[in-house]
Amino acid sequence: MKKMMSKEKQKKGLVKDMLFLGITLVIAVVLLLMFPEKREPVISSSKGFFVEMILILPAVIILMGLFAVFVPNDVIVKYLGRSSGIKGIFLAILMGAFPTGPLYVAFPIAAALLKKGARISNIIASLSAWACIKIPQELVELQFLGLKFMITRLLLTVVFVIIMGIAIEQIILWSEKTNKHEQTS
Amino acid sequence: MNVTTVFINALAVVCLVFALIKDPAKTKQALKMAVISFFRIFPTVLAIIIIIGLLSGFVPESQISKIVGENAGFKGVLTVAFLGAILHIPSLISFPLAASLLEKGASITSVAVFITTLTMIGMVTLPLEIRILGKKLALLRNGLSFIIAIIIGLIMGAIL
Repeated sequence: MKKMMSKEKQKKGLVKDMLFLGITLVIAVVLLLMFPEKREPVISSSKGFFVEMILILPAVIILMGLFAVFVPNDVIVKYLGRSSGIKGIFLAILMGAFPTGPLYVAFPIAAALLKKGARISNIIASLSAWACIKIPQELVELQFLGLKFMITRLLLTVVFVIIMGIAIEQIILWSEKTNKHEQTS
Repeated sequence: MNVTTVFINALAVVCLVFALIKDPAKTKQALKMAVISFFRIFPTVLAIIIIIGLLSGFVPESQISKIVGENAGFKGVLTVAFLGAILHIPSLISFPLAASLLEKGASITSVAVFITTLTMIGMVTLPLEIRILGKKLALLRNGLSFIIAIIIGLIMGAIL
């Protein structure tokens, strides 16, 4: 049942993407017919990026598929938010960095872990890592933006994601303390 | 072919070989998933690549650097931060887009902010996040992500 629903959703997404592609294509053709002198730069620039993308896309997608199958969600769940302290946060980030599907897959996992008593900071850190640090994606960033950019952004992201996790935990704890009597679930 | 391309492909091949040795059935499943997601992502890749081409052909460099360049100031940074938060582009494809913008005169700060808000903030998935994780947690996470994306971008612009 759930699978069928997701399949339907996927189909709808695909239709939307094809529509997006179609509209883009029509706009491009119209513009290039109106401005023939722009044809050369537009096509050569698109071609360059297309070649670069197509050379890495299959490899990246194969890596993601392998990760997804060999590092299943329950392994991630087992380690996410299990230990506490700074080690726990690093583990949470590392676990989030395994490519295991889109962010909305992570929400229920995060909710379940929170219910089980995992630290809020760990969960926020791993959610954020899940969102923006994916090992194959870092490789694409490396390809297009260079080593220095990729490493700097990665390090800064890890640092700030940790800070954000701790900050959100403090805010939540503080606000829970101030209106304890209002709490329901 | 540059070093990175060779590295990524070599890594994929090595992982694939190890996976095949360890568990052929699972590997087959992974490859099936890969093929499906390739076709799933391909239309968007094509569309974005056409947009990149149009961008470089029709939008003059001075225009791009005016909006998202060094001299655009904080308003420029905020603009890209919002764009990244609203747009729903697969992050895989955000990198070539970012590279083309960088080439055309966008600042490192705005490119870093764009990628970070794009990946960390999901306006499309926000209602779902609120429903599952609660309003407080979801809004705090997305709101603070917006702020740290800008901080990360500013630091990157300063040191790179």
